[in-house]
Amino acid sequence: MKKTRLQLMLCGGSGCQATGSQLFHDALEKELKRIRLDREIKIIETGCNGFCAVGPVMLVQPEGIFYQKLSPEDVPELVEEHFLKGRPVKRLQYVEPASKETIPNMNDIPFFAHQKFRVMRNKGMIDPEIIDEYIARDGYFGAAKALTQISPEQIIAEMKASGLRGRGGAGFPTGLKWEFAAKSAGDIKYVLCNADEGDPGAFMDRSILEADPHAVLEGMIIAARAINANKGYIYCRTEYPLALHRLDIAIRQAREYGLLGQNILESGFDFDIEVYQGAGAFVCGEETALMRSIEGKRGMPRPRPPFPANKGLWEKPTVLNNVETLANIPQIILNGGEWFAGIGTETSKGTKVFALTGAVNNIGLVEVPMGVTLRKMIFDIGGGIPKKRKFKAVQLGGPSGGCIPEQCLDTPIDYEEIAKVGAIMGSGGVIVMDEKTCMVDMARFFLDFIQDESCGKCTPCREGTRRLLEIIERICQGNGVFEDIETLERLSVVIKNSSLCGLGQTAPNPVLSTLRYFKDEYIAHIVDKECPAKRCTALLKFKIDSDKCKKCGLCYKACPASAIIWQKKEVAEINREKCIECMSCFEACPFDAIE
Amino acid sequence: MPTSMQLTHPDISSEMIPKIDAVIAAHQKTSGAAIPVLRLCQDIVGYLPVELIDYISAGLNLPRSEVFGVVTFYSLFSLTPRGRHTIKACLGTACYVKGIREIMNRISSEYHLKEGETSEDRRFTLEAVRCLGACGLAPVVVVDQDTHGGVTPSQVKPLLEQYV
Repeated sequence: MKKTRLQLMLCGGSGCQATGSQLFHDALEKELKRIRLDREIKIIETGCNGFCAVGPVMLVQPEGIFYQKLSPEDVPELVEEHFLKGRPVKRLQYVEPASKETIPNMNDIPFFAHQKFRVMRNKGMIDPEIIDEYIARDGYFGAAKALTQISPEQIIAEMKASGLRGRGGAGFPTGLKWEFAAKSAGDIKYVLCNADEGDPGAFMDRSILEADPHAVLEGMIIAARAINANKGYIYCRTEYPLALHRLDIAIRQAREYGLLGQNILESGFDFDIEVYQGAGAFVCGEETALMRSIEGKRGMPRPRPPFPANKGLWEKPTVLNNVETLANIPQIILNGGEWFAGIGTETSKGTKVFALTGAVNNIGLVEVPMGVTLRKMIFDIGGGIPKKRKFKAVQLGGPSGGCIPEQCLDTPIDYEEIAKVGAIMGSGGVIVMDEKTCMVDMARFFLDFIQDESCGKCTPCREGTRRLLEIIERICQGNGVFEDIETLERLSVVIKNSSLCGLGQTAPNPVLSTLRYFKDEYIAHIVDKECPAKRCTALLKFKIDSDKCKKCGLCYKACPASAIIWQKKEVAEINREKCIECMSCFEACPFDAIE
Repeated sequence: MPTSMQLTHPDISSEMIPKIDAVIAAHQKTSGAAIPVLRLCQDIVGYLPVELIDYISAGLNLPRSEVFGVVTFYSLFSLTPRGRHTIKACLGTACYVKGIREIMNRISSEYHLKEGETSEDRRFTLEAVRCLGACGLAPVVVVDQDTHGGVTPSQVKPLLEQYV
């Protein structure tokens, strides 16, 4: 590769593409060509950079200058000032929300400074569509070692020493899982990659696939060698078109380089990978359901045992690992299990990638060592809560997880510690909620999701989650009775204990955790017929408090139904006949004057 | 031609049939082919009329009940005609917290269609979808292949008017 003066690492992840990175790319390319700088300055389209909140983003290397919220109109100034005259453009740089200070260098921005990149070490650094760039950063060295220098037993021993646990949510030790499958008798075995990232609010697997697809392929090659499998499948959600596209390219390139197919690296070992597109069913993230789906059937789970390590896909021994788990593996083999276990807590080793979203300033992907506290993640990396609102809770683990309140924010991130406070590590979705979020409504949201996605095979999950939803809906409507709380608790325990798969067994968690920490909100809904966060429309009056109203007219402008009567210097009023209860005025009012 | 069965349906044109046959023929020998075949055929026709499902079952030599069961299980597959444009409103947690409900309400009231429905003029189909993984842009609405982030209720109409 030819050396260039500057490399412009422009993010081409899904988030930045949606905010217009392609338009910026085209404009920049044209301008560089026009003034003949295209020979010394190279644009490299990378995978997801992680800082999606301020996209499209670009890192100028080797200087390390970080630009955000770029648009085609910024191109002339950027090229003229920075790339020609060497004066970075301040107005396109990151501004710290608290201190209002401009921070030019990416590594000084708190969002990045507090992170530790292992799984995401290549994000934003390489072009994911060029295999050479991955190889230049030690790519496929781990696979080479696993295939030509060490035995399958040694691979498993390194994995066990590393202490790596499944990043899909359950946290089962990966080395142990491989050992079971390796010992299982059979000529035909499979390695599967679970890229059916279904938890709402989790997008780390999508980003890894988009930014570094070869790391996942390499992890699969090593897994295949360890258990002696010759065929692998990546089960990827159809909702991720860019990830699917990049996987296709990566697999093709790996085959061309002899890293997939017959006699890999002349080791005598054969392994190939096929991508299987999901068809939109949350339960297919469950391992036995996922296998049924690859077999072309309805994706319904089955009881275990037999475990997939003995009887999995097509009844053959199978190992299934999540995307993030697989992306960790090449470096473990390359640097040793002990190196990996060097960071983390007693029971949880290495790093974990989280998708930080919701009511937080710095939305994006975050990779931190295990053991960091939730507070550090939300306030130091996440930059706190926007609009000067107050923190209320953080939801961890998606629909199977729970809501954690302020008083538990110093909990270290660790599989066991998170479980103690009533949530689960899960796949790593972290959704921050501020005072405007109603916790009863949140429980309703997750139950609505779960009962819709329940496959219907076992009764406790199919019927139980629907009854839970009915009760919560009744409470949100203002028709709840006091006994409902006890019924919710009792029913939740039954569903947890008697459901067939992980989906049902964890389905009541959002109810139980909100009941544990926010019972007062349930009581406010049931007894006072009030929604303290003003989210449950049935409990709102749609009236303007004349004492709080500052007569600004923002509600008048926001109303789509012309239901607000307002004149300058007058208190606004809502015409209930026209009002469609869309909540637009609630959102618009800065003074909390509408009830 | 996979079977002797005739495929006739008002929404399936004569140009589509050879394409459907090619998809079936390419997958006939693979086990577990039902889902990819259904997806590709739905891409050709736009949805999956029952006659097409029967035709695919015969072509893949699978019981009709099994293929129909697959169609109804996965949310990707549709048994009813779809609009020229598909609006996907993301109902993931981040979008929910950031107000996707209000956006959905606005779409419903502007275009008289509810979640899962197609407008009478077959212009729009409104779908509520699971997390699209673009939480950084919440609330997110995807129209056909275009992702629109940070949508506010007042932007709904100007946004959708671009799609005729």
